[in-house]
Amino acid sequence: MNGSILYVEGVTVSFDGFKALHDLNFVMAPGELRVVIGPNGAGKTTLLDVICGKVKPTLGRVVFEQYTDLLPLHEDAISNLGIGRKFQAPTVYTSLTVFENLELSLKRKKGVFSALFNRLTVNQQEKIHDTLDTIGLFEKQHDIAGLLSHGEKQWLEIGMVMMQEPKVMLVDEPVAGMTDHETEKTGALLEKISKERSVLVIEHDMAFVRQIAQKVTVLHEGTVLFEGTVDEVQNHEKVKEVYLGRGDH
Amino acid sequence: MNLQQKTRLSRAEALLSLCLIFSSVFFGPCLSWAQSETPESITESILRLADEDRDVVETTVFALGESGDPAVLPILEALRERSLYLWFNQEEVRTVVIGRELINRGDVSGYLVQEPYGGAAMKNEKGAPLFLPEDQLESIRLSRRLRIKISPMLDRLRLFSPDAATRESAATKVGLSGDPEALPMLSKALNQEKNRWVRFSLTEAIGLIRLTDEDPAVRKQAAETLGNIHAMDSIPTLEARILTTDDSDPEETDIAVKDAIQEAIQKISAWQVWTRTVETIFSGISLSSILLLVALGLAITFGLMGVINMAHGELMMLGAYTTYIMQEFFVAYLPENVRNFYFVFSIPLAFGVAALFGLLLEKSIIRKLYGRPLETLLATWGISLILQQGVRQVFGAANVDVASPDWLTGGIRLAVGIQLPYNRLFIILLSVVSVVSVYLLVLRSPIGLKIRAVTQNREMSACMGIITERVDAWTFALGAGLAGMAGAALTLIGNVGPDLGQNYIVDSFLVVVTGGVGKLAGTVGAAFGIGGLNKLFEPGFGAIYAKVAILLLVILFLQKRPSGLFPAKGRHIDV
Amino acid sequence: MNSLTHAKKGTGDTLKWVLLIAGCWLMLLMMNMIPPKDSVFYLSNFNLNTAGKYMAYAILALGIDLLWGYTGILSLGQGIFFGLGAYCMGMHLMLSIGGEGAYQSDLPDFMVWNQVTELPFFWKPFSSFGFSMLAVMLVPALFALIFGFLTFRSRIKGVYFSIITQALALTVWLLFNQNSMNLGGTNGLTDFKKILNFPLSEVATQRALFVMTGICLVLAFVLCRWITRSRLGKVLIAIRDNEGRIRFSGYSASRYKLFVFVISAALAGLAGALYVPQVGIITPGQIGVLPSIEMIVWVAVGGRGTLIGAVLGAVGVNWARSFLTSNYPDLWLYFLGVLFIGVVLYFPKGMWEISGKIKSLVMHRGKKTPLTKERFT
Repeated sequence: MNGSILYVEGVTVSFDGFKALHDLNFVMAPGELRVVIGPNGAGKTTLLDVICGKVKPTLGRVVFEQYTDLLPLHEDAISNLGIGRKFQAPTVYTSLTVFENLELSLKRKKGVFSALFNRLTVNQQEKIHDTLDTIGLFEKQHDIAGLLSHGEKQWLEIGMVMMQEPKVMLVDEPVAGMTDHETEKTGALLEKISKERSVLVIEHDMAFVRQIAQKVTVLHEGTVLFEGTVDEVQNHEKVKEVYLGRGDH
Repeated sequence: MNLQQKTRLSRAEALLSLCLIFSSVFFGPCLSWAQSETPESITESILRLADEDRDVVETTVFALGESGDPAVLPILEALRERSLYLWFNQEEVRTVVIGRELINRGDVSGYLVQEPYGGAAMKNEKGAPLFLPEDQLESIRLSRRLRIKISPMLDRLRLFSPDAATRESAATKVGLSGDPEALPMLSKALNQEKNRWVRFSLTEAIGLIRLTDEDPAVRKQAAETLGNIHAMDSIPTLEARILTTDDSDPEETDIAVKDAIQEAIQKISAWQVWTRTVETIFSGISLSSILLLVALGLAITFGLMGVINMAHGELMMLGAYTTYIMQEFFVAYLPENVRNFYFVFSIPLAFGVAALFGLLLEKSIIRKLYGRPLETLLATWGISLILQQGVRQVFGAANVDVASPDWLTGGIRLAVGIQLPYNRLFIILLSVVSVVSVYLLVLRSPIGLKIRAVTQNREMSACMGIITERVDAWTFALGAGLAGMAGAALTLIGNVGPDLGQNYIVDSFLVVVTGGVGKLAGTVGAAFGIGGLNKLFEPGFGAIYAKVAILLLVILFLQKRPSGLFPAKGRHIDV
Repeated sequence: MNSLTHAKKGTGDTLKWVLLIAGCWLMLLMMNMIPPKDSVFYLSNFNLNTAGKYMAYAILALGIDLLWGYTGILSLGQGIFFGLGAYCMGMHLMLSIGGEGAYQSDLPDFMVWNQVTELPFFWKPFSSFGFSMLAVMLVPALFALIFGFLTFRSRIKGVYFSIITQALALTVWLLFNQNSMNLGGTNGLTDFKKILNFPLSEVATQRALFVMTGICLVLAFVLCRWITRSRLGKVLIAIRDNEGRIRFSGYSASRYKLFVFVISAALAGLAGALYVPQVGIITPGQIGVLPSIEMIVWVAVGGRGTLIGAVLGAVGVNWARSFLTSNYPDLWLYFLGVLFIGVVLYFPKGMWEISGKIKSLVMHRGKKTPLTKERFT
């Protein structure tokens, strides 16, 4: 637990008797970029759900920055602590503009009354513009988000999470359904982001994993099967058996 | 029966009458009178009623009254109503007849007459009802004083009526009259009575009358008997016996009798607590089964398909009106003896009508709104308004009369003071049958497999070759049909009017939501929870406040379990 | 989505709509006061009164629009809040009758009739005008706060919320019908005589009430405009779009929902309070399940997500109601039913879309209306 930014211990989640996570242990250091892989149903998304408060485990502990217990907190409180989540299917506010999507995500007071009274400062506007630049949507900032392409929505959502300036960013399959070009661009974006914060990425695409990963965690049947570098993972017999050998990839 | 008829008896009829005579021997006098001929002695007595001498008349009336033969009832009734006549026919033979309603045949007014003894309709030579002109009849009238004395006699005679319900109510009436002169008749009736409930009423009546006996021992025993048989209706009389008021001492002076009365009251009260408990439990089950029946269709349309059908109540109303139309049809076009079975046909028909309507609804409107529950809610509310107004214009705004069939009136009596009405039992049975059928259909049949497949993953089901549109339509029709059936059943216990649906819609949605959407077990549990609590609260809170309390409880319950009793768990709940 | 296009236009736009509302309102007032009685432009006192009633409804519709049009919360219990405001006002008006009632008692007539001997405790503060004016908004707001806190906290949303609020509307209606609640039972509160010692039967008082209603409507409109154009307004739209996601952006959706729910309840209460002295009666029949859901259709017809649409919808539908119920009473429910179905199936954005469709029909006469993107959303 020492020095960790995320500490997950003995977490079990069960849905109607089916154990999505089973006594899972997982530690992440500050500044780390970690990739989590695993076959379908291994519990990858559930792990993210547990960290960001969407699913409450039946057993176990989840600690943020060594001292903050995340389990009693609601999603919004966890988000405000500095844990950002990007969902697998792009989820943006479809009837707001790109700019407004980012504006809402901006790190600042999120209470009802500050939302009613506070206006954007020049500084904050610049921050939004910077992010628009980074995600390549500056020209489209006044477009309705619902009309963006799939890839653009993915980037917008990454941009939204960036606006939150999280300490840990949880990213769920960011390149699923993207073209090769888009995938490469997304990889670069994630690497850039990971320079300033810890990032936890779930991904299937091994080429993409190879592009970004330092350390890889393999999940299988709700628990950690193996942890190591990309090469170690690809040569590990058990991993091959349960995951690569299944013919999924 | 007159002679001409008797000679024309066929062999079969002769056999039949033989059987009847046999049975009358075995089953006591109750059955025998209708078949037997007027005894000589009675014919003479009847003629004496027209005697000039008032004393003769009075003696005859009393003799008839104490004969214990229920066949003389028509005579006494006719005397009371002044519809007993003396008939002089062409041969100047004097016959006594009953003529109730004056009718006109051509220019002649007269009566279709009845035999005084037994009250059967008299026939002429051709076997048609015998019509006698008014001028051949002479009314037999009693003095007012004597007429008043007939009423209690009638009740006593009814103690021997062939109909058990009549005997029972007569016994209660005689008992409450407290007239000691009735005692011999009551005892006689009790001796030959077989029916358990009539025996109870007779015992109670005897007890009540003996409470005023001169002998304290008899009074004491009477009180003990009343206590032992749990005669609930006798409590006011018992209490009155020992009541001390400001200006009078209690009527009962004997200490031992007083104690016996006290003890009897206690026994009966304890019994009442017990019957009330049974009653509450039964009415709770009954209300629950109604809620279940009403909510079952919703559990399908809302629970399985996610369609909020605010017109669900109006589909019930359609079912109820279908029942009404069936009843009217049976009354208008079919013979009387099958009328009672209109209800048997109504239930499937109500299901069909509502299902057909649901099918149309799904195809025309609801189909376009899948995945937009709030919009569906508003559109179906619109449908419900149109249906209500439509029915109001066709059938009128007032409630229509739907009479329960005879075979569903009355009830099973389990013990003194506990009666389970047949109509309630029928609804409980119907809801059990419905739930089991729905369970088998949805969870244990190939069709149900398709329904569940479509509700869980529409795209995948379509890929597997299921025609999802058709499954949607039929599922919705099933839910609608169940609503129609519930509506037909509700005609047994409530009013049938244009706003029938509105009275149930909120409750039924609450049941589905509390139970957990998409869970049959949840719907059943919630129906029993809400129905049971409602009946539990009602005695203390009153109906309205009980309802308020239930709603508050549901809201608090949803605090703890936002997805109801049996939540659907899964990992693919949307973000 | 309309809200967006409007939001971009800035404050000039707000001013435009405010001027429109204020202009209509002044015009009605002038039409009542200036032309001679036989002129076609003359608006009778009765009609001025009716217009005042519609404007009160418009205030309530603004609240529903905030709640449903912007935030996507369909409350089928707005009649409760309207009723609470109306009954608070009604109680004050009952008490200001004083001894002038039919029984010459200090108690309201219906209490004398029900053999109540002492004024129930919760009636007492309503003899004060100031307290009553606060109560007409605070009582519904407080009720909404408690109920909303319980329901939003446990994340009861979507149709579940609608069903629970409808059940609540039924319950409140049942309660208000009870004589033992000391609120006049089925007959409600009526036979008001005066407000602040001005007789309600006088034209001048009614005109003053009309003016007050107009001012309140403009203020309510400006308030809602301000809310929807702030960041809070965008959070509301985000909740409507994707309530789950907004929590991960750090906003407590429950608190925001609670906020608009309370605001809409207060507006409904205000509307009720303005309604009562102008209409002269409030009964449980006006606050039950049916009126509550009817209020939704005002906003649906006017166009949810546009504030001016809510105002126009409330006035338009109620005008149609008055017209139909007095001329073709049997048709009204059919009309309402068709309105519900039609607006949901064909004009989800209400009148705005109708006018747009007519426009495009006129402009490309003979051509079919092109498929709009909304068909696919």
